[in-house]
Amino acid sequence: MSALESANKIKAKFGDLVAEPTEFRGEITVTIAAAEKIFDVCQFAKRSLGFDYLVDICSVDNYGEDPRWTVIYHLRGVASGHELRLKTNVSEEKSELPSVLPIWRTANWHEREVYDLMGIRFSGHSDLRRILMWEGYPYHPLRKDFPLAGKPTDLPGVAFTKVTPMEGGPFVTLPSSSDSMAREPRVRVPEGAEPAVSDQRLIDGKLK
Amino acid sequence: MATVQDIEIRDSAARAAQAVEEAADIHGEKLVLNMGPSHPATHGVLRIVLELDGEVITKADPDVGYLHRGDEKIAENMTYTQFIPYTDRLDYLAPLANNVAYALAVEKLLGIHDKLPPRCQYIRVMCAELARISSHLLGLGAFAMDTGAVTVFLLTFTEREKIYNIAEAASGARLTNSYTRIGGLMRDVPPNWVDMIRVFLKEFAVALDEANTLLTRNRIWVDRLRDLAVVSKEMAIDYGLSGPNLRGSGVEFDLRKNQPYLCYKDLDFDIAVGSTGDCYDRYLVRMEEMKLSMRILEQCCNKIPGGVENKSHEPVSIPDGKITLPSKQKVLSSMEELIHQFMLVTEGVNCPPGEVYFGHENPKGELGFYINSKGGGTPYRLKIRAPSFINLSILGELLPGCMISDVPVVLGSLDFVMGESDR
Repeated sequence: MSALESANKIKAKFGDLVAEPTEFRGEITVTIAAAEKIFDVCQFAKRSLGFDYLVDICSVDNYGEDPRWTVIYHLRGVASGHELRLKTNVSEEKSELPSVLPIWRTANWHEREVYDLMGIRFSGHSDLRRILMWEGYPYHPLRKDFPLAGKPTDLPGVAFTKVTPMEGGPFVTLPSSSDSMAREPRVRVPEGAEPAVSDQRLIDGKLK
Repeated sequence: MATVQDIEIRDSAARAAQAVEEAADIHGEKLVLNMGPSHPATHGVLRIVLELDGEVITKADPDVGYLHRGDEKIAENMTYTQFIPYTDRLDYLAPLANNVAYALAVEKLLGIHDKLPPRCQYIRVMCAELARISSHLLGLGAFAMDTGAVTVFLLTFTEREKIYNIAEAASGARLTNSYTRIGGLMRDVPPNWVDMIRVFLKEFAVALDEANTLLTRNRIWVDRLRDLAVVSKEMAIDYGLSGPNLRGSGVEFDLRKNQPYLCYKDLDFDIAVGSTGDCYDRYLVRMEEMKLSMRILEQCCNKIPGGVENKSHEPVSIPDGKITLPSKQKVLSSMEELIHQFMLVTEGVNCPPGEVYFGHENPKGELGFYINSKGGGTPYRLKIRAPSFINLSILGELLPGCMISDVPVVLGSLDFVMGESDR
């Protein structure tokens, strides 16, 4: 069964939801009209058509158009060697589609990446955190309206927003007989809490 | 004087109860350990948050992204040709292979990937195989060193130096080669290039044999690698592993064989496949792949169109003024060529609208480029399928149950590079 036949089977099974398969440079693309059906289509492709390998999940920002997002799945059958591309559009207001993590476990990091860089959420993903950018970063840098030069972040406590403080040491553990919490210079004091006297000494930067 | 002392002899039930009590005390709290991002065994800046019960890992959470440079964003803002140097910096242990992968992806979009001149195809295959040997050598050297066998590292790095010399002779750069262009190569190889490879192959066979002798039947090496971090066939496919990590689990899949590109169809080679999918199998697959790459290189040396010196002036680029740059001579003497050169440099290669995905069998796995074009000289969206990124995603499942001293071994056997993973 060729990739085109598989695409036609998907079309036969899901009917109007699926547009006519297109071919470009020998690659078959199937567009699915309803993003919430992507889970069912993927499950059918894996169980019935043998597409057991998820090559990639990728997203495109069609800035200025509606729907704004396109999410693209590259499937492959390891045994047959056939490849198929599934595409679906997601509107900006919704920005959410079902996760395919229960079908392929490799989807975990792919979906986290799409969420991180493009800001599209995957419902049913058990651990949807940022992956390449750091936790707490406020933007989604692959969006077309994010400038190439980047935006400064002024969030407190986020890495790399300020020059590394060279003053205000010591940055080494102090020799003393008190416990390690007191001796450790980077001791974590909860926000708003009054630091202990021994910590205050270190935070102020100078040994009193 | 005799003294009386009471001795309490507890029955087995009481002893068992006490043992349980003591055990609860030993297990106590779990320790969270931050490994990396600057740890010698993480080969770059990978951070793993490990939850330990004594020395046994109970949970592992890999944290990537410390080397994120936004390559995909950068690609959207420059011409196709301008992005070639950025591909050098993905898997910086095999820049030649990345160049070939990226050029082929853009050529697929143009519809010319199967019309490349034969000499160009052969040189590209030779570049990709040299990169494979170079990358596997580094992976092996660092792997062995992390496991305590420092000699192998010295041996493999001596050989890698020779590959750098060969790459330098072809492209002029040792590390960041940028040797390919859309539709061909930057320039033809020098006349002594093929002989350089022949000499290298002869010397490398000896060195590889020596590394083989030092490791493959080494008791310590085998004891540390065998049955560690076993990845079953189904798990490897489910997690989307590729390259030697996929084949180490016994999946016979190699893009050079399954979806042949360039001149791989004309070459005779096998693919190395493991059986159990443990660290030792992944090591064996890499060792075998180096031998297979040698075989491919030898065939290419003999079959390269135009021969060693290219006396018949076989082209290495598509002679199409709208894709590749014309010669300087023609630019200065002919109007049409001048226009072509001007258009190519200012606007880039004019690609049709459409979308393509091309996967290349890189040393680390399947390096794929998805290009979404709306026409013109720049991609609308370029997605890089980085094999290291996907190979690392299995760590959270692979590490629990291992000892903490196994971590460098597992990481070494997966052979990743963070420049590619974080993009």
